[in-house]
Parts: sequence; C-alpha cells; structure tokens
Amino acid sequence: MKKTLLTITAILAIGISLNAQEFLEKSEVHGSFETDGMFYQADNALGITDTLINGKNFGFNAFADIIYTLGDFTAGFRYEAYAPPIAGFDPRLEGQGFPYLWATYATENYSFTVGNFYEQFGNGMVLRTYQEWTLGYDNSINGVRVIAKPVKGMILKGVYGTQRFFWNKWEKNARGIVKGVDAELNFNDLFSSMAGSKLKLTLGGSAVSKYQVDDNPFYKMPQNVAAFAGRFNVGLGKFNFTSEYAYKINDPSAVNNYIYKDGQGLVFTGSYSTAGLGLFAMFKRYDNMSYKSDQSVNGNALHINYLPALTEDHIYMLASMYPYATQPNGEIGFQIQVNYKIPKDTWIGGKYGAGLSVNFSQINDIDRQKAHDTAGINQSGTLGYKSDFFKFGKDVFNRDLTVAINKKFSKKVKGIFTLINQEYNQAVVLGHTGEPNVKANIAILDMTYKFTSNKALRGEFQGLWTKEDKQDWAAILLEYTISPHWFFSVADQYNYGNEIKANRLHYYTGSFGYTYQTTRIAVTYGRQREGVVCVGGVCRQVPASNGFSITLSSNF
Amino acid sequence: MKKILVMAYLVLFGVVLFAQENNTGNKLPSVTIKTLDGNSFNTRDISNDGKPIMISFWALWCKPCKLEMDAYNENYAEWVDKTGVKIYAVSIDDARSTAKVLPFVSGKGWTMEMLLDPNGDFKRAMSVNMIPHTFILNGNGEVVYQHTSYYEGLEDEIFEIIQKVAAGENPNE
Repeated sequence: MKKTLLTITAILAIGISLNAQEFLEKSEVHGSFETDGMFYQADNALGITDTLINGKNFGFNAFADIIYTLGDFTAGFRYEAYAPPIAGFDPRLEGQGFPYLWATYATENYSFTVGNFYEQFGNGMVLRTYQEWTLGYDNSINGVRVIAKPVKGMILKGVYGTQRFFWNKWEKNARGIVKGVDAELNFNDLFSSMAGSKLKLTLGGSAVSKYQVDDNPFYKMPQNVAAFAGRFNVGLGKFNFTSEYAYKINDPSAVNNYIYKDGQGLVFTGSYSTAGLGLFAMFKRYDNMSYKSDQSVNGNALHINYLPALTEDHIYMLASMYPYATQPNGEIGFQIQVNYKIPKDTWIGGKYGAGLSVNFSQINDIDRQKAHDTAGINQSGTLGYKSDFFKFGKDVFNRDLTVAINKKFSKKVKGIFTLINQEYNQAVVLGHTGEPNVKANIAILDMTYKFTSNKALRGEFQGLWTKEDKQDWAAILLEYTISPHWFFSVADQYNYGNEIKANRLHYYTGSFGYTYQTTRIAVTYGRQREGVVCVGGVCRQVPASNGFSITLSSNF
Repeated sequence: MKKILVMAYLVLFGVVLFAQENNTGNKLPSVTIKTLDGNSFNTRDISNDGKPIMISFWALWCKPCKLEMDAYNENYAEWVDKTGVKIYAVSIDDARSTAKVLPFVSGKGWTMEMLLDPNGDFKRAMSVNMIPHTFILNGNGEVVYQHTSYYEGLEDEIFEIIQKVAAGENPNE
C-alpha cells in the first residue's frame, strides 16, 4: 500500500514539477476535508464515569480527499485518521492511513479504474459498495473495474477485488474475493422506434460471486457463493414501476446462524405522479439475504450487498428515537405514501397553499416453518426453515403511520405539524430479548418566524408518549439563523415520564456555527442521545455522549 | 522513503495551492447518474446555452435541503425570467428512497431539473461533504461559487450571485 502510494505520488509530483506550466493549464485539482473532534466529560446520570472514560477523554475523526484531473485521466486519494475514533464509531477504525486510492481513465464509451472504487448494481441488492463518513462505514472494493457503453442505451460493468475491512490488509485466504458483472439496457435509447415512446423501459441484470477459502472447523462451506439479480424500470406517462428480484445460493454464515438455505430478495415499487400529487406504494421481502465477503464476520462490515430499511426516515429528535434497521435474515412488508399540494385559496391552503404527506409502513417477520421433522427452526447446519413467499409472519418488526401538514401562514410565519404512530420491536431490532414492542405516539410542531429577509427563529415542540421502554418524552429546540453565515441553537429532550424517577433526565445542548461558502465550523456543548440530529442546516448521525464537539469542514 | 513521500506531498500541496490561485473554475466531471424515469444521464450534459447553471445536492432525509428547494422553487420563475438560470436538483437518496423521489417532487410541485445520484458518484466527484450543497456555474460551465448549508433567506444571497454571473461578473469580488 505504502509503496504504491509513494510511487503514485512521486510520479505525480515529478511529472507536475517537470512540466508545471502545461500541467497547470490542463490540470484540475479539487477536494474536501473534515475534522470532527469531541471532548468527553463524565456524566454519572448517563452512566459515563471517569473510570469508563479512563483518560481517553477525546475522540478525533478526520479525512482529506483530493481528486486530480488531467483530461480523460482522474486520480485521487483519501487520507483518514481516527485518533481514537469518536464514541459510537467502530473501535476497529482506530489508526490512520490512505484507505482510498484510485486512478481512472475514462473516455466517452469506456472507463477503466484501478484501486478502490464504489459501485452499485441496480438497487444494490446483490452489490453495493459505498462510504458513509458519519457512520464510519466503508466497504469499497480494491481491485479493478471496467465500464463499457458500446452503444447508446447499453451499459456493461465488471468488477473484481477485495473489500476494505477497517485497516486490515488483504492477504491470501483472508476474506473473500468479490467478482461481478452487470448489464443495463435502456430500450428508448437502444431502439430508434422507441425513442419518442410514452413507454420508458430499462432492464438490467447482475451476477456476483464471492470466493472464500473454507477454513471452518465445523461445517463444509461453499467456497464460491453466487448471487443473481434482475430488474426493470417502466415509466408509462404518470405511472412509474420499478422492481428487482435477487437470488443467492446457500451461504452459511455467522449472521444466519450457519444454515444452508438459499436467499431471496424482492422489492417492487409503483408510483403515480402529477402536478401537485404523488402516490407511492412498495412491497418488499428479504429472506436470508445477508451477503458478506467473510462468512464469519458479524456486524457492520464487509457487506457485498445493500438492504435498506424501507420505512419512513425520521429526522426530528423524538421521531428518530426508534429507528428501524433491516433484518437481513428475513422480513416482509409494504409502504404507501401520499404527497399532496393543497391548492391556494382553499380552507386549509389559505393564501400561500399548503402541503400534506401521509406515510404508512409495516414490516413483519417472514413466515417460518420447520424444514426438517427432527431439527428446530433455524438450527445450524440444517436448511434452516421453509417459508411461504407472500405470507406475513406473526411478529411485527415495525409499523409507522406519519401524517404531516406544512403551511405558510404569512410572509413571516410558516409551520409543519407532524403526527406519528409507531410500533417498534426492540427485541428483534435492538436485541433487547423479552422486551415488549414499543407503541408510541409522537406529535411535533415546527414553526419558523422570519424577522427580516435573512434573520429567522425556528422552534420545534415535540412530545412522545409510550407505556414501554423509557415512557414519555418532551423536547424543545430553538434555532436562530442569520443567513448566510451564522446559526445559534439550544435544545432539550426531557424524559419526564420515566417510571424510574432518577432517570427523568434532561438532554440539553447548545450550539453555534459559522459558514463561509463551503467552509463550516460548528461547536456543540451538552448531552447527546444517539440518533440523527439536524441543526444549523445540516443533518448528521450523532452518538450518545456528554461534552464538547467541534466540526470543521471545507471543500475547494 | 518517508522523506520522499513528505517531499512529494509538499510539491503536490504547493501545486494545489497554486492551482487554486489560478483557477478560473473547475469544469463538471463526467459521471453517469440517473434521471427520474430510470435512464442514465452523463453529468457533462448539464448545460444551459451559455446562461448560468445552479446545481443543488439534496435528499429526502435532509430537512434544510427541502426548505432550500422550496425556497428556490418559489422564486424559480422570476429567476429564470431575469437571468435565464437553470436549476438542477440532484437527490443523493440511496436505494432506500430513490423510488420515492419522483412522487415526492410531484407532490411538492417542484419544477427544477431532477436527477438521481443513488450511490453518491456525482457527489463524490464534486467533493461534496454535507448537504445541502449548492454550486453555481457560469455560462462556460465553470464552477464560480459554492455554498453549503441552508438558512432562511439564503435564496436572496444566491439570487444576487446568479445575477452577477448572468452579467458576466465574478461573484467572489
């Protein structure tokens, strides 16, 4: 790694200095960096003691990403440092180096990449590599990628390589090798007779294979695990339909408890869109679809495919208290959504118009029946279970009804009112075995008052009511912004209804930030609950803690 | 070994700084992303007949982004009238919600050009860290202004920049 880096940099540097003038005229360099620092303090009420902190009272995550372009040639790298990682990030990230190093030569019809790359086939159900800085997640493939567009309307891709696993270098017979091909055909571009057609048709197909040496002492493992997927996207006037079906051969792993069942995935979506109205419906089913380049690795690493949680993605503090996470071993569910723009000069619409959105989703366990008379469901070393494809299992994993109305009352005042009813299976999603499902009601009022053209005050008033888990919560957030540079905010989440009086805690924070074009600095002090937090114009995932945090981010 | 690496980096760093000073603006990279109806789209094809272009990265899960898009959409007709600007809104929603973008946009009644970047390829190529992130390009397709985050009223500042760019001025002066 270091040698490669040294060589690339040296060649670049020498080349650039030798022929600086010409290079400078044709070269483009741009990039970005971010540093996130956190200083922790003990907080006995949160269970954070000095002993627990043990002298490690700060966390520091940073990266710098540089991209260099010269005509058809592009190369880049990302330097990362976790010294040590901020609480909530995987401790295996501790260290520093260049985990992302690549070069691409691309013309109109061909592209050739060596080094690390991010790729997605279709919806990612059999292959997706990506990076999410706020989660500390990166499963890039290090190898080669070829993309060809031999004719308009046809894209062919081939990938080969091994995946990033924190800072562990790949060695022979370590984790698996990933190979994949994908083809996508757009019929409207491909056939001139369909060029102006109302019917928009795209078809795609992928095949992916993972090779990992069998060194399991207990089971005979398949060394090559193949997965296939087919997909379509059909647009017909105001209607749009997409679907992807995936099949994976048996792939015993730590995630599925070493069962020899094959895997299947199906996602189908349909939507109707016209000016001012959007309708959306989706069905999905995942059955034993965890697909990793190392069978023995659990947790958030080395995923080859991507199985997103197909539920409403909540942003508000209390609404994101119970975020659903996909159960790769099996789940079945559906989602429907309505987005409607209420016309002006109606009762609700008023002078400026209003918007209504309704979302309902439900995710259950899949149906599971015994595969053998003599073995229990999901017993290691067996076929695991049989499942009726379209049947819903009896366990509810997640149910969510969200209704939101946004309305502008006057030139100065606007607001969003949200009501949410949720059911959340903490036993399955969080592993809190034996705990009952949380049934919660949430109400949120979000009002903005504009003092002048660039100064505004926004307030969020939130309540969450449940008999389970930590019972009732109330929250308030006040945010004052001066566009385009400043924000100041204070917030408090109060667990006022906790049955245990000692746990009726306040999670208070204060923060401010300054933005100049793309350079942004933000400082926060206080307690943070785990979840997605959006303040000062930006959203990010934040772990639980108490203390100071400072973020500096820029690009050029 | 290490010394060479350090030296090489110093040279590169110098070049980067120098390049910045001389930079009249980077052109758009060539990245294949998607249109709302599922067809592929090369980002080099982003164009507006020599008039200003605005590219704004957003997502369904990003509330300030949606407020920003609302604000742009409210003013879009007037801005086009005065400057001829064309706005491209690039959603970085991944497979979790890419199929929800089209009905959402219709429900909102947004009229900007919509693109999907489900694996963040365009976002990465443009060095975008956080969203919302807005780029303004001049008539030659060069990036002349960028801004990250959205606060109430940013649209006024953005419109001033677009007017300068439309008049052929450097918005950073």
